[in-house]
Amino acid sequence: MRLDLLLRISSKIFLPFIILFAFYVQFHGDFGPGGGFQAGVIFAAGVILYTIIFGIKKAQKDFPETIFNYMISLGVLIFTVTGLISLSKGFNFLDYDALAHYPKHGQHIGIIAIELGVFVTVIGSMVSIFYAFVARGKK
Amino acid sequence: MALTTLGIIRLRNLFSVVILSTIYSFLMATLLLIFDAVDVALTEAAVGAGISTVLMLTVLYYTKVNEEKPKFKSILPLIICLTVGGLLIYGTYGLPPFGASNTPIHTHISIQYLERSMSETGVPNVVTSVLASYRGFDTLGEVIVVFTAAIGVLSILKRDKV
Repeated sequence: MRLDLLLRISSKIFLPFIILFAFYVQFHGDFGPGGGFQAGVIFAAGVILYTIIFGIKKAQKDFPETIFNYMISLGVLIFTVTGLISLSKGFNFLDYDALAHYPKHGQHIGIIAIELGVFVTVIGSMVSIFYAFVARGKK
Repeated sequence: MALTTLGIIRLRNLFSVVILSTIYSFLMATLLLIFDAVDVALTEAAVGAGISTVLMLTVLYYTKVNEEKPKFKSILPLIICLTVGGLLIYGTYGLPPFGASNTPIHTHISIQYLERSMSETGVPNVVTSVLASYRGFDTLGEVIVVFTAAIGVLSILKRDKV
């Protein structure tokens, strides 16, 4: 192996925690600092660390590029569909009171849904852009 | 922060410039943390210091490390910068003193948000409730901006593949 053993092992130890922290920031965003955007960036940083350590070929095999390309638009879709559901129930666009019997539950579901949308879009764009940059060097 | 900015302007070695801008981002994140803007500080640390450094270094891999000497003196831009900067600094004297509690931003809508956020959305973090619920439409716009930017960058980078 041409890469440093220490780097590979330590990044293997760190990666699960980075991904876990991303999900913590994502789902704990209602209570502490953070939200979809920050969580998405942290998750993308995890994938980028993996790419830097193990090389672009292995990374693209383990995290295929097409998934991230689809994720860019999937996030926007989740966000918009959440808005359209409340619209279809006779409320305003993106009024989460419509999503459950009690307004507070609806707000909770709605916020989690749209944060998920932001999360997915941000991961998709960050990793896709990074992959595109790295892949340019392979010509 | 001022020192790192001067360093970024003076240095011709792009690698040091990238590292200096990372340091600048971390200092900025610390400053935002002091102002109690934890969400923004987290974003600045993750995006400004993390992702953008990686992207800059990737770009640096394809270009030369040293910046070339500018071909002509840039006195007019300097004058414009100094004038606009001076006007902006002059403008800050019209602002209310820092931390004053009777200013418009503290007396109109933010009180409403702080009082009603918990009872209306049940979310303890007011930043999240404002971003996601009260101003959901803005956030949708932001996501679409990210989406558009990603599509734009990808279509430039991958145009030879199609």
